[in-house]
Amino acid sequence: MTNATLELQNINKSFEVGTVNENHVLKGIDFTVNKGDFITVIGGNGAGKSTLLNTISGSYPVDSGQILLDGQDITKEDTYKRARFISRVFQDARMGTASRLTIEENLALALKRGKKRGLGYGIKRNQRDLFQTELQQLDLNLENRLKMDVGLLSGGQRQALTLLMATIVTPKLLLLDEHTAALDPKTSEMVLNLTNKLVNEKDITTLMITHSMDQALDFGNRLIMMDNGRIVVDVSGEEKDRLTVPDLLALFKEKSGKAATEDAMLLG
Amino acid sequence: MDLLLSSISQGLLWSILAIGIYVTFRILNVSDLTVEGSFPLGAAISASLIIKGVAPWLSIIIAIIGGMGAGFISGYLTTKWKIPPLLSGIITMTGLYSINLRVMGQANITLLGQQTVFRTIEGFGLSKTMAVLLVGALTVSAVILFLHLFFNTEIGLAIRATGDNNEMSQANGIRTNLTRLMGYMLSNGLNAMAGALLAQNNGYSDISMGIGTIVIGLASIIIGEVLVRNLTIAKRLLTIVAGSVIYRLLILLVLELRVDPQDLKLFSAILLTLALRLPIIQEKFASRFGRKGLPKAKEME
Repeated sequence: MTNATLELQNINKSFEVGTVNENHVLKGIDFTVNKGDFITVIGGNGAGKSTLLNTISGSYPVDSGQILLDGQDITKEDTYKRARFISRVFQDARMGTASRLTIEENLALALKRGKKRGLGYGIKRNQRDLFQTELQQLDLNLENRLKMDVGLLSGGQRQALTLLMATIVTPKLLLLDEHTAALDPKTSEMVLNLTNKLVNEKDITTLMITHSMDQALDFGNRLIMMDNGRIVVDVSGEEKDRLTVPDLLALFKEKSGKAATEDAMLLG
Repeated sequence: MDLLLSSISQGLLWSILAIGIYVTFRILNVSDLTVEGSFPLGAAISASLIIKGVAPWLSIIIAIIGGMGAGFISGYLTTKWKIPPLLSGIITMTGLYSINLRVMGQANITLLGQQTVFRTIEGFGLSKTMAVLLVGALTVSAVILFLHLFFNTEIGLAIRATGDNNEMSQANGIRTNLTRLMGYMLSNGLNAMAGALLAQNNGYSDISMGIGTIVIGLASIIIGEVLVRNLTIAKRLLTIVAGSVIYRLLILLVLELRVDPQDLKLFSAILLTLALRLPIIQEKFASRFGRKGLPKAKEME
């Protein structure tokens, strides 16, 4: 188990407990993420994909179970504390950046993730050079617009920036929650390729929820499929490489007992 | 002329209150009503210390600390105890009414014949109005310089990010409860400072002097924002000072038109309503006639 970055042990999470709407979303999840894994996560609507990521990041406290990161129990740690090691990119491009702050201010905040913030100047001169080199690889000409408010950027630009912020300090774990779902196909492809590049270059352990089976198959070394609060498929390596979209659909049908149209999965 | 200068000097002192409110209203993005208690708290502390013989400048510093304490309570109630910001402000402000009475020991304290920071400056041979102008300009400059520096520090950036995007801030490891608490304390420290300065300027502290301060502060902020849009913090604070002075000049105008001073609060309320409505009308106008309506604000830069 020395190779494990993240271990989830019997994680349970329900919403609206004690009401008629009580919803048991995560049902005893046992799951180990190995160091260097790039895992794509698929599953239908309400399967618990986002809830899973939110419990890992600390946005939702778990009802029971344990979360270990590098062997350390972080089950009860607040989100901001986990942020030392875990970074995230959300589906909504507006969520990952502060719109009234400039590009360099956003990057400076990200550079301080997990570190103590003091009364020193927020953006140091030498940091600007770093920001410019980092921004250059986005190829969006943002490196010449350091002092521009992020609110003026397009969704794709913001998402690319968020990705850069999430990886500028290499995290132990990167969580991507359908981070390209709200973008047009071309921008989505750009952000995905950037994701792949950053994750591979820095060898970041990553969990990526996606609504597209093609993406789930094309990216990463491991794929999990969730259904009804459980992980029903977990394939990696060559086994994953051999999978095709029809295989996935068949697997989904077999595991969930439901006929999956690709549409239903896509919407998930 | 003297009335005009006096209004401008008043505007300078009141702008510190507007800047204090700006910290919560725009930077933290919450409506904090604590000001209606922290402003008179500053006045009460300063006035009661002065009549006990404490140096006027020292009384202002103690007033600031008192205001920060008030901000701490409101901030704690919202961040830790999860009481909605509007209510926690009302709770603190209501509680402070009794505390302010305790501080003063009576409903008002007159500073007639007492030493104030303004009298000290008058001692150098300046007229009362010039002394207020000088003190006002100096303190406002110091406050703006301080906030400009502070909001560009690592902590300052974190506070601004918190008000902008709580989720993102936490994802970047910011303890948003703490940053919000700091914002509340900063804001109400400034509010109390304004209260202390205005008590010394007006020559009295009164238990009811906090009523309507939120409206005065917001009106100054909005007037400043209507003047020029989208600015960096230091420039924005300067427009708020301008907004505050304009507000005082409008009050002067209204009084010159022989409006009963009793009706001033109604006037303030209407003015704020119009100031809040104006940007929305501008926006509508802009979208109806293409983008032509908007750059107007830019042209004024």
